Amino acid sequence: MPHKTFLSFIWPSLVAMLLFIALPIVSVGFQSLYVEHEQVLVVGETCGPFGCTEEVSVDAAAMAALRAEQPAGQFNGLGTYTNASHLATDEIAEIFATSENFSEIRNRIMNLPFYKALIFTLSYTFIVTPLVIILGFIIAVAVNAVPAMLKGPVIFFSLIPMLVTPLVGSLVLFWMIDSRGIIGAALQSIFGDPSLSLKASPTLTWITLFVYGVWHSAPFAFVVFYAGLQTVPRDTMESAMVDGANRWERIRFVTIPYLMPLATFIALMQLMDNFRVFEPIIGFSAAASATSLSYLIYNDLRAAESPLFGSAAATSMLTIIGVIILLLPVLRQNWREFNRKT
Amino acid sequence: MTSNLKFASAASALLLASTAAHADCGIESGSVRILSNDFAALHAVADWASKCASDTVEVTRNQTEEHKNIQVPALSIDPATYTVAVVATNSIVPLMNDDLIRPLDELVAEHGQQLQDSQLIRVDGKIMAIAFMANSQHLFYREDVLAENGIDVPSTYEEMFAAAEQLRAAGYETPISSSYMPGWNLAAEFVNTYLGTGNDFFVPGTAELAINNEDGMAVLETMKRMTEYMSNDWTTFDANAQTPIWEADEVVLAVNWGSRASAYIADDSPAPEIAAATAFAASPAIGDGTTPTAALWWDGFTIAKNISDEDAEASFIAMMNGISPEMMAENQDLAVWLIDGYEPTRAATGVIDGLTKGARPYPMLPYMGLLHTALGDNLSEYLQGSESAEQAMADIEAAYTTAATEAGFIR
Repeated sequence: MPHKTFLSFIWPSLVAMLLFIALPIVSVGFQSLYVEHEQVLVVGETCGPFGCTEEVSVDAAAMAALRAEQPAGQFNGLGTYTNASHLATDEIAEIFATSENFSEIRNRIMNLPFYKALIFTLSYTFIVTPLVIILGFIIAVAVNAVPAMLKGPVIFFSLIPMLVTPLVGSLVLFWMIDSRGIIGAALQSIFGDPSLSLKASPTLTWITLFVYGVWHSAPFAFVVFYAGLQTVPRDTMESAMVDGANRWERIRFVTIPYLMPLATFIALMQLMDNFRVFEPIIGFSAAASATSLSYLIYNDLRAAESPLFGSAAATSMLTIIGVIILLLPVLRQNWREFNRKT
Repeated sequence: MTSNLKFASAASALLLASTAAHADCGIESGSVRILSNDFAALHAVADWASKCASDTVEVTRNQTEEHKNIQVPALSIDPATYTVAVVATNSIVPLMNDDLIRPLDELVAEHGQQLQDSQLIRVDGKIMAIAFMANSQHLFYREDVLAENGIDVPSTYEEMFAAAEQLRAAGYETPISSSYMPGWNLAAEFVNTYLGTGNDFFVPGTAELAINNEDGMAVLETMKRMTEYMSNDWTTFDANAQTPIWEADEVVLAVNWGSRASAYIADDSPAPEIAAATAFAASPAIGDGTTPTAALWWDGFTIAKNISDEDAEASFIAMMNGISPEMMAENQDLAVWLIDGYEPTRAATGVIDGLTKGARPYPMLPYMGLLHTALGDNLSEYLQGSESAEQAMADIEAAYTTAATEAGFIR
């Protein structure tokens, strides 16, 4: 395709990407370098229904003057990135200097909010992604073998977890695993432990979130693989059968190599999606035991009365960097394959 | 045809009559746009404010739980999207920090004859808000179960834990519940309990944190003991989650919001016997103190700064109708009203008990929200037993100091 034709096709998409993706990211990056102006505080008497007290309040007029002068706030450089709520460089240096052994170092780093969230986010990503691919593939192969008459209904039911809004899906499961819910009560009677609660222990909460993640995303992998299975070349398959390959060998040596590019595609999508895990943490009220990077951003923007924009922006930038690092190996592999072909 | 005409003119006459009946608030013209939280008492207030609507006066409202998140952007523009922002002790702070609400002294002098002095929220001598209801957490207890086991209503935490032991022996495995879900709820419980010690959260006059002391440690210890008598699922308890376990007869002593009390004892409760036996008292005191461990909150209204004086006056008069004694007479049990002539109902006994026993107000400080967030994020590991109290305290201090520095309150 001549470059000119290519450009005339791509420019609307390029403009949209610039406006709605590139510019917002630049503005978030800019925001992350600034913090609020130093607040001008005044002490005065505050009275209400419950009596009077001496209280501190912000001198709004003085602050308005400061903001008019410098609307973005105070320049802070990378200070927000390195503070205790993010990369915590000072704290980490101190931990290495004063800890006695490796497990103490690990425990103390795991106690820092950013690293705590990062560990859960990475665990979720690396446990859920492969399981989704494997489970999706198994379902696809199984559904492909179902008699044609049953295929429609079976496919429909396999897709249900993906049709449900993530927050609603997690809330439904949340009440099912309640100790009075059907799953929670069943587990209690199976293990004969009336105090067993999936919501109480951090480990069980993590497992619940992983299971939810697989349950919710497996249909996506299933649909992609199922579509791929329809295009597996029949003649290759038949010649494998003539050569005496059994069902497992046909899957291992024909189907899987043929579907490999699809697996790469799913891995790419799932790595991105799972690294941004957020809804199940809210739906399962799991913040006590599991926080993710996206949850930290939400918390900065929503928890306090006045949002911490700088802090949220810094976490956002770190999340973007995280996604890029995660995707690099997959993208590099794609690039190599592309080069080999051309 | 003629009958149709007659009908039409009769209908329009009726319409005219009804608008005339509504337009008795004494507003000439203006626009009243109310933003508020979404619960029954505030619906009643907005309903009564809406009665001032007429051909020349427009009254609209947006009642949503998201009010806290939209109020600052909505009032920042000129003219503001809303003329009235209904706020509480904590949510007025961002509006004052950004200078988005106007002093009400003149309007109060002109139109506020019905107000009591205690309803006026004065900051630095200027009236910034008009309070109309009070709220606080307090003890919910089962009169029947306590009487059966010969237990007095606990007035201190020691008595509460002794009662819980006794109830456990009587077959209630998890006799206590409280909103311990990490985040806003758990932090509110720390604030409540710490207020009971009589100590302050900050070094007076500064944003420097001052909770790392004996009282702070005692609060942590008390909270941990509370969790021992709660269901394992306490990490998911908020005000909503507490209701079903109360109705399921699993809990005998609960700490919950006063604004929930009327629903607990409502006639249409799914467990009528439990509703009939539910009673309320002030939160228990901590240590040797007598102060109930509960923060007092007020709900009130503010008037936006970025609107015309005409709209501001119209809004104030409409809200005076919204919080009139006549409104209260129809909605006695929806809230603990601060309005002149209020007679407490059964649902109000808990909040009133706390008030008379000297509970302290939630601090109306510009940096209190940051501390609240830091508490909400850093208490659960200690309560779950994976961290020491000292470490939890250090984490809270670190999180608060980082946030307060970013927000410009600490150098």
